[in-house]
Formats: sequence, C-alpha cells, structure tokens
Amino acid sequence: MPDLLSVKNLKIEATSYPPGEPPKTVTLVENVSFDVQKGKVLGLIGESGAGKSTIGLSALAYGRGGAAITGGQVLLNGKDILTLGRDGVRTIRGCKVCYVAQSAAAAFNPAHKLGDQVIEAALRHKIMSRPEAEKRALYLFKVLGLPNPETFGDRYPHQVSGGQLQRAMTAMALCPNPELIVFDEPTTALDVTTQIDVLAAIKHAIEETHTAALYITHDLAVVAQISDDIMVLRHGKTVEYGTTKQIIEAPNQDYTRALVSVRQTKREEARDQSNTLLNIEHVSAGYANGFKVLHDVSMHLPKGQTLAIVGESGSGKSTLARVITGLLPPQEGKITFDGKELPRALSGRTKDELRRVQMIYQMADTAMNPRQTVRDIIGRPISFYYGLHGAKKTERVRQLLDQIEMGDRFLDRYPAELSGGQKQRVAIARALAAKPELILCDEPTSALDPLVAEGILNLLMKLQEETAVSYVFITHDIAIVRAIADSVAVMHRGKLVRFGPKSKVLSPPFDDYTDLLLKSVPEMELGWLEKVLTTRRMESAGN
Amino acid sequence: MTGGGPLTGPALTTGMGAGGDSPSQPAPASGAMVTPTTGVVTGTFWRRFTLRRPLAALIIQRLGLSVGLLFAVSLMIFGGVEALPGDFATTYLGQSATPQAVENIRKDLGLDKPLTERYLNWLGGAVKGDFGTSWASKNSVSEQIGKRLGNSLFLAFFAALISVPLAVALGMLAVQYRNRLPDKIINVISLAAISLPEFFVGYLLILFFAVQLGVATFPATVYDSMGFGERLSAIALPVATLVLVVLAHMMRMTRAAILNVMSSAYVETAELKGLSAFRIIAKHAAPNAVAPVINVIALNLAYLVVGVVVVEVVFVYPGMGQYMVDAVTVRDMPVVQACGLIFAAFYIFLNMAADILAILANPRLRHPR
Repeated sequence: MPDLLSVKNLKIEATSYPPGEPPKTVTLVENVSFDVQKGKVLGLIGESGAGKSTIGLSALAYGRGGAAITGGQVLLNGKDILTLGRDGVRTIRGCKVCYVAQSAAAAFNPAHKLGDQVIEAALRHKIMSRPEAEKRALYLFKVLGLPNPETFGDRYPHQVSGGQLQRAMTAMALCPNPELIVFDEPTTALDVTTQIDVLAAIKHAIEETHTAALYITHDLAVVAQISDDIMVLRHGKTVEYGTTKQIIEAPNQDYTRALVSVRQTKREEARDQSNTLLNIEHVSAGYANGFKVLHDVSMHLPKGQTLAIVGESGSGKSTLARVITGLLPPQEGKITFDGKELPRALSGRTKDELRRVQMIYQMADTAMNPRQTVRDIIGRPISFYYGLHGAKKTERVRQLLDQIEMGDRFLDRYPAELSGGQKQRVAIARALAAKPELILCDEPTSALDPLVAEGILNLLMKLQEETAVSYVFITHDIAIVRAIADSVAVMHRGKLVRFGPKSKVLSPPFDDYTDLLLKSVPEMELGWLEKVLTTRRMESAGN
Repeated sequence: MTGGGPLTGPALTTGMGAGGDSPSQPAPASGAMVTPTTGVVTGTFWRRFTLRRPLAALIIQRLGLSVGLLFAVSLMIFGGVEALPGDFATTYLGQSATPQAVENIRKDLGLDKPLTERYLNWLGGAVKGDFGTSWASKNSVSEQIGKRLGNSLFLAFFAALISVPLAVALGMLAVQYRNRLPDKIINVISLAAISLPEFFVGYLLILFFAVQLGVATFPATVYDSMGFGERLSAIALPVATLVLVVLAHMMRMTRAAILNVMSSAYVETAELKGLSAFRIIAKHAAPNAVAPVINVIALNLAYLVVGVVVVEVVFVYPGMGQYMVDAVTVRDMPVVQACGLIFAAFYIFLNMAADILAILANPRLRHPR
C-alpha cells in the first residue's frame, strides 16, 4: 500500500528574539523520517522539548511560534506539501489534514457556537453543503458519545465540560473527512476517568472513519492502546521507531526501556500506626460564596510516613491542604498536630507551628520569585525561622543543595536558569530548610516528564528516610500512590470515599468510585483499553 | 508539553513593542464574573435575579454604581470649590473691598447660609438642569453652558470621528506588519506624539500651519453667525491637535489587544483549518478583541471631552473648557461647579458605556450555562 504521509529527513529550526540580544537559531528537530499508511495510527512519544508537537504540525506545514521547517520533505499522497506556498497549504489544512489541540478549552473560539466551529472547515473548503455538514456533525457527536447530540452544537465552549470539549475538538477534526488527523496530547489535560472515555471515543471514531492519525503524547501507556506503530523521540531526534508490540514488549534502546519501566518500583507500606502526627477530624470547609467544598473529612497520618490523597480535579484534595496549612479555616471539625490542636487560621498560629508544616506546590515556576537566586530562595526560611545570616546561612544552603543532589554551582542561579526538575528540587530544599515535621506535596510531579518525576519521587523517599519527615502527598496518579504511599485516602466531590493502609485501599472489594478510578488508569499493556471497555459493556448489559 | 511551546513567547514579543505588548487590560472573558447557575436557587430576590439573569444584573449594577459615583463626585466638586482659597467678593471688588461691601455681596449671593443647605439647593437645581446664575455675568449658567457644551461636543465629535477609525486601522496595520518597518515607524511616531503635551502640539501646529504656511485659521473662535463650512475650517487645528494626542494611545492599545488575540490558541486553530487571513481576523480575532478596544476608545473619548480644556484655551475656542477656566480666574463658583459636574458626568457615562459594551461582548455572560 502506498504511504499516505511520508516524512523524510525533517529538519525544523526556530529563531527566537531574546530582548537585547541578537536573534538565535535553535534546531528543534533533526533527521526525523517516518511513514503513515491509510487508516493506521503512528504514536509519537517523548518528554517535553522532544519536538513531538513540532513534528506533528509539520504534517500541516505549520511552524508554531518562530519555528520553521528548513529541511527535508513532507509527502502527502506523494506530493511535497512544503513546496505548496502560502495559499497552497490552505488547501491541505482543515481539508486533508486536521489538528486536535491539547487544550480544547483554549483552542475553541469563545465567541462562537460549537456547531458552527465544527463545520466551519468543511464549509469553507466547499467539501459539503451546510445541511450535509450539519448532518455529519450530528453523526460525529453521536459516535463520540456527546450528550444531547441534536442540540450540542448550539452551545458555546464555556457551557460544556473539558472532556466534552476535547471530544468536540475531535469531531471538528473529523468533520471534513480528512485523510490524516494529528492528535496533540488530546487527553493530557483530562482526569483519568474522563481520559478513558475520550480515548475510547477517539479510537472508535478512527476505526469508524478509516482515518489515519499521528497520536502525540508523553504517556506510553496511552499510546500503546491506540497506535499501530510508535516512534520514540528525544531532543528532536529519533530514539527508536517500531511497531507498538516491539516497543512495549522488546524495546531496543535504554531510553525506551526506562520509559517502559518507569514507576514500577513499589514500596512496602509501614505497618506501625501508633505515634500519630497529624489527625484530621470531621473537617468541613468551603469558600466565602457559601459553596461547600469539603464534607466531614477525617484521616490521620503517623510520624515518618506518607499519606497519599487521590482524587480528580474538583474532589477537594487541594482544599484539604489549604485547610491543614490554615490558609482556609475549616467551618467544622479540628486538626490536631503532634497531640495539640492547631489554631484554625494561619494568623492564629505561632512561628513554630508554622515552621513544622511546609508545602511544595505543583508549579515550582510560580511558587518561586523569579528575581531571587537559589541562595535567596532557600536562605529565606533559614533566616526567618532560625535567624541565621552570612556564612552560617550559606553553609546551611550548601548542605540543603547537597541533600537535594544539586551542587554549589547552583547557588547564584535564577529560577529561569533551571530545568523543571531542578526547580522542583529547589522548592523541596526550601521546604526542608525549615526542618519541618510535615510537608504537604500538592501534585509536585504532575507537571514533570515521567523520568524527571521519578527522580523527584526517589529524592522525596530518600529524604524521608534521612529526616523522618512525614508527607501528605496530593495526586491524581494511582501509579505514584502505589510507589510511595503508606496510607491512602480516596476523595470524590469533597467527600472521603475510602481511607486506610495502602494494601487495603488498593485491593478489593472496592466501592464503585475507587473501582472506576483504578480501572481507568492506563496500563502498559497491549489491548488494555479493549479489555476495560468490554468489561464495562458486560457490566452495563448485566444491569 | 509541546516542542514549539517555549519559542512562542520570545517570537511574539520583541524589539520595539516593549511598552505596548503587555498591557494590563482585562482578559476578554473574565472567569470571576461568571456565576454558576445550576442547582436550586435560594436567597433574596436580588441574589436569585443575579443567578437567573447575570447579564441584566451586571448592567443594573453598573448603572447604579454610576449614579452613586456621580453623587459622590458632586459632593467632592462642591466641597473642593468651597475649600479653594480666595473668594468672589474680594476678587470682584478689587481695591474697593471694604468689609461692609464684601459682607453685602456675600449676603446677596446667599453665602451666609450654612454649607449643607447651599449644597442641597445646588444639587436639587442641578438634578432639574438648573445650575443657578453666574455671579460675574448674572446670566443663567444652564443657558451659557447649553451653547458652550454644543461647541465643545462639536470639536470632540470631529476629533473622535477622525481618530477612532484611524487608530483602529493603524493598529491593525501595525499588527499586519508586526516587527517590520511600518510597525516600527508607527510605533516611534506614536510614542513621540504621546510624549508631547497637547499645548505644545497646539502651538507647534499654529506655528507651522497658521503662521508660516498660512493655510489654517487662528484663533479658532466660532460665532453663531458662521456657516458649517466656516466652522469646520476654523476648528481644523484644534481637531488635529486632539487627534494627535489621543491617536497614539488608542492605536497602541488596539495593536496590543489584537496581538493578544492573534497569539491565542483559537486563532491557531483557525489557521490550521486553512481559513483565509481575512476570515481569521474578521471572524475569529475581531469578536474577542472588541471588549479591550472599546475600553480604550471610551477612555479616550472621555479624555477628548474633558481634555479640550487646555486645547480650547490655546486656540481661543468658545467651549466648555474656556468657560470654566475664565470662571476659575474670577472665582465664579456656580459656573465652575456646573462645568466640573458636567465633565464628571461625561467621564462616568462614557466609562459606564464601555463597561456595559464589554459585558455585552462577553459570550460567557451573554449565554450563561
């Protein structure tokens, strides 16, 4: 069969204009080649900066920001689309090749109805008439399992949920009957239970319409469910390219092996339940507008252990962290720390009470002052809580940098000069500087690439062994829970669904929600998606 | 997450546009204003109304705020003018100001009555459109203002008529040629125009066009007997001055607003649909750039109406501004207060109109969940 898309020796460069400096040219992608046949799916996988999106967009002859394709060929049905020129590529985009963006919430125009946006490309390229396009949109809304497909198109983007928007985006890409669709991390921003629905909808729609696809993601388990072939990318170069079966089951390269085996480490849970450090009793909390977020939540955490709080967005897990820190005083219930009740509000707590509870945030970027050096960032709590200055303070900062496995040379760097993982390490050092007994970790690894995230998790575990600090670890990722937790609390819509030692919480019998949550986590296993979907169908048939 | 992501920032904000690229304008669709409307609605009537008709509630709220603000401003104007040093009687009498004569005049003008009573009388009259009589000329202030206000609005109207379309067009042109020569030229000139105070621009224009070239008329005084064409030629220079002063600001903000929208993900989506450049700008960018642009325009229109004060004095134009300045020099309080209140009313009204239009342009508020 002739190739639908054939990319040869692709080279993409970008010119950036740093203020006050001469323009710089960086090579984003070099010497990448691959083929996609009709009706097949190729997965592009790699960490951020690997060039996956850039490669995906080259199938539409598009360079984002300052990126430009400077070498190689992109053959669509044997014709090089890079030579088509400004007006020529318009006949490809939105017609033969369509694009599904990562954040559908941002990619839909807030000013227009969903239906009009879905059929716009088909109408503008004169592929079909308005009634035909509307009929096709309706068909796609049904295939993708959207609620009330007849009236769905009359709604505005802000009127539907994130998962529905992502499916609508897929419908928009499928509507003009394209030959190829580029999916750019279409499920990354979604909760696991939503992700599985969208994933199933996309897979079903691809099979139904015989469209070929490029599927871009950083999650190998996801791409294993949907693609026929996989290309592993790193720093803009191909690491490994093969069939999905070969990549998952018999990877050739070390990097691929590391990706496949990531987070397979599991920690034995601590059994000792005496010596309670943190005790949360019947806590309810809400915001000023009367909207109640937490309903009667109770849990506890022994010294030197890790309590993982899992739940989807909106489950109230971050709100619980705010209640523990005192940023949001609870409406009911109390929090006991080391046998003493903590004052409800931040302002009522003593300096020592503040020192004993520290926090690490999801976005290390926004949690650090960009105009302070690492020395100042880590040094601030040292002088605030311990009154150390000058050489003594620097000595302590050095010690901490050593603990987080970063050297002296980082002392005078600014956050902008650090990688994502390094930034999170500095944030950890800042929390450690206070010598706390409890660190609240609010999704500290979810913005990081898998391998970097694993490094951070290992560091946190090592620090726990060294300093006997306790963690409350907030996450939506069951794999992390398995890896690091001693006890687990599952939260859903502000209520505690399940709480106990990890071994109990994560083994049957399950309640409905935990069951759904656990089954929705993609596993690095071929055919996992089908298996889950079949079980679901059987269950719903049984009901 | 995306390979090209980090490059988007530096490629879009570069070089010349340092000041105009990152305005502190509100996002077109502010999440904070949106109220969830699902579920059982309880509470007071207003709360229920807010949830059911958020748009109407917001507009009513804005109207109420404007009225309250106007009331507060009237207090400040009255109080401020009262607190000014010097008084009308001594200025009016000059050398012959004996204590007895000053006392008589104060009594004639009712200045011996308590402050609150005078304020309430004045406010009561102002609400009905009666601003009392001028102390200096003994004419009705409302009558005088009627004529003067017409002249000022005539000037401001033509300045707006030229500057608004020109600013929007230049802003779009600058976006089209972003970081290229036309954009840089527009930027430099507009920066220079912003930096020069209006009286200086006014005198420069007089020097070149009226004195050296002799093509424009100066002073720009208009009379009741003048025809429309004559009036137009008389106001050419003051209009040009006003246009130069407000044009730059509007143009830079338009450029920033459109650039902001053009760098959004939905414009990229439109581009990846293979739409034409015109359709992308007209259909996908424009509706979302409307709110910030309206805000800037309204702010500048308000500035036009109020900012004519200096320009009118420079060009000896018989408008509100000159009327007010003349009244201040002789301490003619009723006139100063009336002018101040009218200027404030214009400012508040235009800002309120901009607010309401921006609310109407927000699809989240027009189509609640």
